[in-house]
Amino acid sequence: MIDFNHVTKVFNEDIKAVNDISFHVPEGNIVVFLGPSGCGKTTTLRMVNRLESITEGTISVNGNHVNDLNPIELRRNIGYVIQHNGLFPNMTIEQNVMAVPDLLGWDRKKKKDRFHYLMDLVGLNPDEFRKRYPHELSGGQQQRIGIIRAMAADPPVMLMDEPFGALDPIIRSHIQNEFLQIQEEVQKTILFVSHDIDEAIKMGDKVAIFRDGSLMQYDAPDEILAHPTNDFVRKFVGKDRALKSLSLHSVQDLVNEQSLMQASETGKHRKTVFIDTNLKDALSILLNQEAEQLVIQSEEKTIGALTIHDIETYLHEKIM
Amino acid sequence: MQELWNYMVDNQAQIWTYTLEHIQLVGLAVVIAIAIGVPLGIYLTTNDYLAETVLQMANVMITIPSIALFGIMIPILSLIDQGIGFVPAVIALILYSQLPIIRNTYVAIKNVDPHIRDAAKGIGMNTMQKLRKVEIPNALPVIMAGVRQAVIMNIGIGAIAAFIGAGGLGVLINQGISRSNTTMVLAGAIAISILAIAVDLLLGLFQKKMTPKGLE
Ligand SMILES: Nc1ncnc2c1ncn2[C@@H]1O[C@H](COP(=O)(O)OP(=O)(O)OP(=O)(O)O)[C@@H](O)[C@H]1O
Ligand SMILES: [Mg+2]
Repeated sequence: MIDFNHVTKVFNEDIKAVNDISFHVPEGNIVVFLGPSGCGKTTTLRMVNRLESITEGTISVNGNHVNDLNPIELRRNIGYVIQHNGLFPNMTIEQNVMAVPDLLGWDRKKKKDRFHYLMDLVGLNPDEFRKRYPHELSGGQQQRIGIIRAMAADPPVMLMDEPFGALDPIIRSHIQNEFLQIQEEVQKTILFVSHDIDEAIKMGDKVAIFRDGSLMQYDAPDEILAHPTNDFVRKFVGKDRALKSLSLHSVQDLVNEQSLMQASETGKHRKTVFIDTNLKDALSILLNQEAEQLVIQSEEKTIGALTIHDIETYLHEKIM
Repeated sequence: MQELWNYMVDNQAQIWTYTLEHIQLVGLAVVIAIAIGVPLGIYLTTNDYLAETVLQMANVMITIPSIALFGIMIPILSLIDQGIGFVPAVIALILYSQLPIIRNTYVAIKNVDPHIRDAAKGIGMNTMQKLRKVEIPNALPVIMAGVRQAVIMNIGIGAIAAFIGAGGLGVLINQGISRSNTTMVLAGAIAISILAIAVDLLLGLFQKKMTPKGLE
């Protein structure tokens, strides 16, 4: 869907912000750009909708080189969520959300319906917020508005620059989940900038790790955690990469590979969990609550029990 | 004091006529000044070098004493037979208005939050749409403040236009001086002050009304 082909960006003739990167983004995927500050994530993103020119190489969207497309039209077909939300302070929430449909000349009825649909999607009451102004919203509400503004004209591609940046961890995690749910439904192709490894693992179908403008590794999150290609990536993902990778696997995955032991009928050292629990949470329960075994429930039936030892075996044989 | 009051009551009709002339003079000058200054100020935001030159010129312009400016314009405008009267007065006022209007427009547009400008571009607005929907509305309070400043300044300078026969409340002062009639001079000065204060209040209300709700 989106192809980067030996893309380089040089600012002011000597600052190499992006250095010869190539990768392919499949349709319907979320690709997270990850890396320390100043490594070229935003610049890479902004070359896609031509907010920055491409110094060398090509970027194509749906087989068309972006440089061959009219930049105004290109931008209207790509949703863009900028770092720091960038809502227009002079416009109401409805005008903000409907900014692109306005440019495209949608009729009143269509805009109104779309506004309702989008507000419902992010759990904000359309009638309550319609006439409000951005400064009358909380940070989290503003970021949701920024996201649905980018989705307004239903673009197949979205660029999101640290869309959940300014949020506290609890709201952040909530909006991440909400967004993943929306993505299930809308299936957009998304480039998503983050500098938070946990966010990248959670949100990304693939993760692109940048360092000083170069692409260090481009892989699925579990692959990056299990097989970092070099020391930089290994350091960046952290010493606890084994633990992190457990969050990408569920009890179900383990059950598919290993046979469970019989759950003991009695004993207080047992806890019940559902089969879709991820292994990191399962392990935490075993550690925090001093349970010796987890009784696994699937569709109201007990299908067996799990110990720390089983998780360890799975980790070594299947993940790392 | 009593004398002044009597004078103003007795000459009510005349003072009204001068006031209307004054408003006409300043009003026309400011409308034209806005038509020139706002687009120019906006254009200058795209050309930093030119901006500096033009703002310098406008700065110098405002330091020329008004009497001297009228003096310079008389021979020039005499060429088209308009050496004195309404036309040179309007032109002088337009020139004086340029600094606050151009400068405020320029600064206001320049200072629109770059993130907002970027968002406008990023969602696919062209240059004109960006100006009309985002930059001008967000700059409006500051532009209006410049206009207000120009209007108040022009009400004062407009008094001097009476010396070249442009009419307005300055006539009272002008004639008062030549007849050594202090009461008349005072009446003129007071009328001008009242006009300035009233217009300032009105423009203040207008400015509030024009400010987009989200910026309050
Ligand atoms: N307009 C510009 N002119 C000159 N240099 C620039 C410009 N924009 C970015 N750079 C430089 O390019 C490099 C990459 O910047 P970029 O904004 O892409 O980083 P980033 O990975 O998004 O960082 P952050 O996480 O802090 O947002 C930096 O060294 C930056 O200073
Ligand atoms: Mg950035």
